[in-house]
Amino acid sequence: MIQYTIRRIFLAIPVLLAVLVVTFVLARSIPGDPCRAILGEKATQATCEVFIRNHGLDEPIHVQFFIFMGKMLRGDLGESIRFSRPVSIILIERLPMTIELGFSAMIIAVLVGVGAGIVSAVGRNSPVDVATMIGANLGVSLPVFFLGLLLIYFFAVILKDSPLALPPSGRLTAGMSPTPFYEVFNWPVEEGSLRYHVYGFIANHFIFNALITGDWVLFWDALKHLILPALALSTIPMAIIARITRSSMLEVLGLDYVRTAHAKGLRKRDVILGHAFRNALLPLVTIIGLQLGTILGGAVLTETIFGLAGVGRSVVEATFARDFPVLQGFVIVIAAIYVLFNLLVDLSYAFFDPRIRLE
Amino acid sequence: MADVAEIPYDKITDDIGDYRSGSLWRITLHRLFRQRSAKVGMVILAVLAFTAIFAPVIAPYDPTAVLIGVEDVKKREAPCIHALGCPTDRPQHYFGTDGNVRDLFSRMVYGARVSLRIGFIVVTFAGVIGTALGAVAAYSGGWIDNIIMRVMDIFLAFPFLLLSISIVFVLGRSLTNAMLAIAIVSIPAYARVIRSTVLSLREAEYVEASRAAGATDFQILFGRILPNALPPLIVLATLGVATAILDTAALSFLGLGAQPPTPEWGTMLGSERNQLFSAPHLVFIPGIAISLTVLGFNLLGDGLRDALDPRLTNAGAKSR
Repeated sequence: MIQYTIRRIFLAIPVLLAVLVVTFVLARSIPGDPCRAILGEKATQATCEVFIRNHGLDEPIHVQFFIFMGKMLRGDLGESIRFSRPVSIILIERLPMTIELGFSAMIIAVLVGVGAGIVSAVGRNSPVDVATMIGANLGVSLPVFFLGLLLIYFFAVILKDSPLALPPSGRLTAGMSPTPFYEVFNWPVEEGSLRYHVYGFIANHFIFNALITGDWVLFWDALKHLILPALALSTIPMAIIARITRSSMLEVLGLDYVRTAHAKGLRKRDVILGHAFRNALLPLVTIIGLQLGTILGGAVLTETIFGLAGVGRSVVEATFARDFPVLQGFVIVIAAIYVLFNLLVDLSYAFFDPRIRLE
Repeated sequence: MADVAEIPYDKITDDIGDYRSGSLWRITLHRLFRQRSAKVGMVILAVLAFTAIFAPVIAPYDPTAVLIGVEDVKKREAPCIHALGCPTDRPQHYFGTDGNVRDLFSRMVYGARVSLRIGFIVVTFAGVIGTALGAVAAYSGGWIDNIIMRVMDIFLAFPFLLLSISIVFVLGRSLTNAMLAIAIVSIPAYARVIRSTVLSLREAEYVEASRAAGATDFQILFGRILPNALPPLIVLATLGVATAILDTAALSFLGLGAQPPTPEWGTMLGSERNQLFSAPHLVFIPGIAISLTVLGFNLLGDGLRDALDPRLTNAGAKSR
């Protein structure tokens, strides 16, 4: 078991390294003159020289890479060209939004998807099954950006002034601002210190922050703003998870030991959840890991539609402005999260399937 | 329970169809047409193909023509259909006009062409390269296999859309670059499927026979193995068209793909996104078109997957 874990972790390291290298190379591969491409056609020679020197672009590329690695290990991800602010600070401000969004979407997708999949499999070809499969097909075919707009139209326009109305954009209602938990608890934190940044990162998760400080007005407000985007984002993963759960369950339900369990007289619920579902988990967990990729990509679209200041939208803005430090830093962080999450999925196989522990 | 050998040849059936005709393709087509969902998909795609082929005939206006001085219309006009009561002195626009005073119906019709073209080009590019890589990796084995698959794994380590956006960052924002980006990021899926198929077919007896008869590796790979790898490839390609159209529309929606005035449905949705409250038809119509197209290909792909499922061939002639 320990061996398995260590081996899997070792295998993940070259992948992370490759992610770093590929992103680094991509960010610096803009064809043509980087200075003119980023600062515009009218940039003067002098401005260009300063620009190139500031960003270390005059060094050969492998030297640039080592400089970058060194800085990164100290937490310096470079500076945004547009905002002249450190990329890591922008990350601390924006990543929590995406984490909240992605996390909620994943939870909705898994809970509803698995539930629907199990119900479908157990009642094969019943009206519920047919309806779920039709729903799943539709869910996979509706583009996230279109679904988001549909939801906004329904909840913000048609249901306007009704108690079910939901706000169409933003993270909080205008004028509301959260008080970070360390201020509420009166914990002294020095500005600019590491603790400041870490606490700031945690406090930027508005829902969590409001929860631990007991600010229920803000909690409810932030939650209401998150419902529609999380729902829109969760649809495609939900549909895919439902289909995989169904097919996986159907395979398991046809096996002999399930028939034995029924014959032994176990309650239907125990057979389905205790025996069948547990053994159907493996392919399901794999797919859940892969769906994080869909969610991280879909977050880009969702954040754009709902006006949320998250990492996805920043990546798009950086692409428009050719702001390569931001693109590089954010893509690396997002890809690293994806790799680590799938590593956890890999490790969880040992938990679900005892045979793997003995490898 | 009757023994298989006792069932007369012309009475062999499974729950999808019967087997009196011989070739794999005839059987597959037969089974495909038996599924209701696949038929729905094919109807949708037939309408789409018809619209795309006859676009110049169906569309009343040039899709990129700005009508501001030509007719008495304003931007973002509501649909005006004479047969449904719109006064005949106003120019007829079935779907109204968009933000630049272009006829939306014509743009939608030409958009069908753009979407189909996107789908097929992306899938062909990714499919050919992915198949080649997967086949070579599986057939060669050893370090070639290792290297190719490691490279594929690196691609798969990134979330799909994010890597596509990064490639567009490098190449610049245009429809061609968006298609290229999506094709590149799609290659690993084809490579993996073809590799696993070829791996399982590599040890087949007919391969040994061919080798004994003196066929070269290339001849065996492309003449014997790959034709038998077609079924999963067909399914993957059909579903791949759906995701290609969807993802290119997403990139165009963000402004990173097709640029105006190209009549691509994603771009049309993206540029009118802020008019959701004032002119919803400009958002709904392209959105529904994208959804229906993707649905059509998804249904067809799922139907093909079930029709080509080898577990339901002669092995299923036993009674259930």
